[in-house]
Amino acid sequence: MTNIFDIIGPAMIGPSSSHTAGAARMGLIARKLLGSVPQRAEITLFDSFAQTGKGHGTDRALVAGILGFEPDDVRIRDSFKYAEEMGLDFIFIDGGTNDYHPNTARIRLYGEHDTIDAIIASVGGGMIRIMEINNMPVSINAELCTTIIFSKDKKGTVARAATILTDNDVNIAFMQLFRSEKTGDTIMVFETDQTVPDTVLDILKNTDYTSKVIYINNTSSYKNER
Amino acid sequence: MLTVKHLIDEANKNKCKISDIVCRLQSREQQVDEYQTRKLMRSTLETMRTSVKNGLKGGVSNGGLCGKLSKEYIKHGRSGILLGKIGKDAIAYALAAAEHNACMGKIVAAPTAGSCGILPAVLLAAQNEFEFTDEELVSGLLNSAGISLVVAENASISGAKGGCQAECGTASAAAASALTELMGGSPEMCAHACAIAFKFILGLTCDPVAGLVEVPCVKRNASGAVNALVAAELALCGIESVIPADEVISAMKQTGELMSISLKETSQAGLAVTPTALEITNRLGL
Repeated sequence: MTNIFDIIGPAMIGPSSSHTAGAARMGLIARKLLGSVPQRAEITLFDSFAQTGKGHGTDRALVAGILGFEPDDVRIRDSFKYAEEMGLDFIFIDGGTNDYHPNTARIRLYGEHDTIDAIIASVGGGMIRIMEINNMPVSINAELCTTIIFSKDKKGTVARAATILTDNDVNIAFMQLFRSEKTGDTIMVFETDQTVPDTVLDILKNTDYTSKVIYINNTSSYKNER
Repeated sequence: MLTVKHLIDEANKNKCKISDIVCRLQSREQQVDEYQTRKLMRSTLETMRTSVKNGLKGGVSNGGLCGKLSKEYIKHGRSGILLGKIGKDAIAYALAAAEHNACMGKIVAAPTAGSCGILPAVLLAAQNEFEFTDEELVSGLLNSAGISLVVAENASISGAKGGCQAECGTASAAAASALTELMGGSPEMCAHACAIAFKFILGLTCDPVAGLVEVPCVKRNASGAVNALVAAELALCGIESVIPADEVISAMKQTGELMSISLKETSQAGLAVTPTALEITNRLGL
């Protein structure tokens, strides 16, 4: 049975769950993928996001998310002003059409040391799906607690990461592996029922061939309430 | 798949209300106790109430096609002249929450952002009139969540899939059922209220001007709220829907599927392509 708080809910900033709330969440996820404070954002809007986004505040919602605002944060409306105050430089690019989904944006973020290039879609009802990370096709919806590990494609990296989670009492619900033959990079995605403690994330970070570990917490309404 | 019939049968078997069954199902599914579910619904109610209050203050919508309707309506000397106090409050609150949504305010999608005014309007207007406690309104929201869930699982609550009947129709049917329970109606009466409200709205398209959630969406929230009052009143007087709620919901699904894509949130037909709508679209550069 679907959670009734996904039906009567979520609490969000209007006017559109896909074009506003979903867009804010896309920005937020991109910020999390960067893993540090973004200083510059290049946002390419495709299809419906490019055509009707402005009337739905899609641009403001994306910037708000990149600033770290949640989809129900009343500051979304004035996010451009907050971006200036918080030192985020941003530009929007019209990307025309794309093959993934009508409500899609490519978000390139630049932090002090890191950069991230992600293609993310707003797939309805405020839910999102990550379609590409650093030119690597992926499919991540980040609904459960999600741990994303950027690593080199070396034998044993998956087994080791899974073992670290299991040894620390974290039950893996889903696991996905994405590889780029060209660059030899992999992205491992573990979706778990339980939250992953910082100490465990630190262990994952400190393993060989791992360049970055990103953790996105469960968005369940009950958990947010606590 | 959950059905309205299942909700009625369970409520009758356990000699309780539909809202109790929904609370139980939800709490079991999410592995929390029922107190936590009611508490979370209480905070949902508060967010709804705040959205109505803020909406009544007036604002500026993204497209500038609405923003002060509820504010002007509620203080107009003739508001409520035809529909009385509960009708007036329901209209004002529905406009207020829907306008707050259009002004990028914080609302509760119920079931969607575009139809966010209907449930709070019906419940809060009824509270003014009949002095329901907030806990009773929480039960009303649980009842409406059950109905909305049945629609989501068996048809759709998305305008892009089913047109406005799937959004405002669901909200109105859910509000009618909730109000019927609050007024002491039986589970069967709730189902009849739901079915009747849906039948009034079957076939309603989603053709917003300039793609904005403003025209006709905001005023349609007012009609959805009043529609729920009519359906609940009929059901409470023992008037039954000839077609059972679950079958009406199936009819809504089929109607949505048969509806042209141009009338389902694409703004390619209907109101969205009238000369006035096209002029507005051009003026806004959308």
